Amino acid sequence: MATKKPVKPGWKELPEGDLIIGGGTAKEFKTGDWRSKRPVLIPEKCISCLTCWIYCPDSAVIVKDGKVVGFDYDHCKGCGICAHECPVKGKAINMISEREAKKEGKV
Amino acid sequence: MGTSNVVARTGNEAMAEAMRQIDPDVVAAYPITPATEVVQIFAGFVADGLVKTEFVPVESEHSAMSACIGASAAGGRTMTGTSSQGLALMAEMLYIASGLRLPIVLADVNRALSSPINIHCDHSDTMMVKESGWVQIFSENAQEAYDNMVQAVKIAETSKLPVVVTTDGFIISHGMERIEILPDEDVKKFVGEYKPENYLLNIEKPITVGALDLTDYYFEHKRQQIEALKDSKSVVISVGKDFEAKTGRGYGFFEKYKLDDAEYAIVAMGSTAGTSKVVIDDLRAKGLKVGLLKPRLFRPFPKDEIAQALKDLKAIAVMDRSDSMNGNEGPLCLEIKAALYDKGLNKILINYIYGLGGREIKIDDIEKVYGDLADALKGKKIDKVNYLGVRE
Repeated sequence: MATKKPVKPGWKELPEGDLIIGGGTAKEFKTGDWRSKRPVLIPEKCISCLTCWIYCPDSAVIVKDGKVVGFDYDHCKGCGICAHECPVKGKAINMISEREAKKEGKV
Repeated sequence: MGTSNVVARTGNEAMAEAMRQIDPDVVAAYPITPATEVVQIFAGFVADGLVKTEFVPVESEHSAMSACIGASAAGGRTMTGTSSQGLALMAEMLYIASGLRLPIVLADVNRALSSPINIHCDHSDTMMVKESGWVQIFSENAQEAYDNMVQAVKIAETSKLPVVVTTDGFIISHGMERIEILPDEDVKKFVGEYKPENYLLNIEKPITVGALDLTDYYFEHKRQQIEALKDSKSVVISVGKDFEAKTGRGYGFFEKYKLDDAEYAIVAMGSTAGTSKVVIDDLRAKGLKVGLLKPRLFRPFPKDEIAQALKDLKAIAVMDRSDSMNGNEGPLCLEIKAALYDKGLNKILINYIYGLGGREIKIDDIEKVYGDLADALKGKKIDKVNYLGVRE
């Protein structure tokens, strides 16, 4: 069954001057759908030093209770900086191709 | 209101004086002839502590307008000045200022665009950016330049649109005239305090400025901007009325000089309107029913009101101090033609491209234009587009 698309506001209803009112709105704009590679965490190797969290340019490393638990794939662009900067011998972050991820049903 | 002071000022000094009295939060500017003095004199006011303005000397006009955009988005009352190539270099940022609906005020001293390189007056710089979404106000003389600068702040902030106020390079910018200047406190009261609804430095109410706007929202934002520009017409009128109440000097979309009973008339903007008035007085003394329409507001173009003002004329000459490079008429003539067409007015309409690169326009030249109109009324065929004052 086709779902009804939400109606977008008309020109009279929008804030003037291309403004977006309110803070933290980047969260609602999902920009991570055009990656070619994605980071995958290897939890048993990760020491939660948070180096990846510091370096991530898109704040896409998810940290809970001081531990790295995974990545926000709605915003991760797949740049690979996290894996490159991971100081663990043998790396606790793997960059795998999106095609591979999709094949493995990780999407 | 206090009493006005009568002073001798050049156009540039008059504009700088208005800026001193307005005391904007930020002025970011780069020097260029013949507009240099506007911001140079103002920089002196900053150095002397006469204003509280943050003066940002930048490395180009592109940067000047960029800094103005940042300052205005942050919530500051922002002004700048430029000319010709400087305005051209700002062009990209002018569209951003208007799209973001930032009420920046720009003093533009009209100067020809290169090439060939030339520092003298014509209107090609302002005409180049007539589609940039700025409100454009032309001044005939130093008094109007001063008055328009003061009004521009209110027009900009009320309509949330940037405003450019022009003078004719050298002719007005460097010519000294007797003008009346308001007391400082009256100007401060007139422009009031700038209280933007949304601004970046308001940490209580965060906003995003200049977000990516693709196929799903761009059109709506542009539609808003178009409406704001249409609405600015009524703002121009109400600010002009307020200003008249305080100074006795009235301003609207245009000035009519001996137009109401005229048979034929000139349409001209800027300093040429002043020369035309002298000619009109001479010709009127000889019994000829001639007049002038001097558009003040060029953007938005007050099409219906101008058509109404021209409807009883038998012949019209439109004076263009720039060419539109469309192979036909100049930019002002195109607007006038469109205005008359929509009212079903098919008149004798002759276009004169004149004064390019500062070529003098003299009383004789204007007399010739009125002579052509008189001949055309008698049935003589006159070219639709003429190049007045060029050597053949």
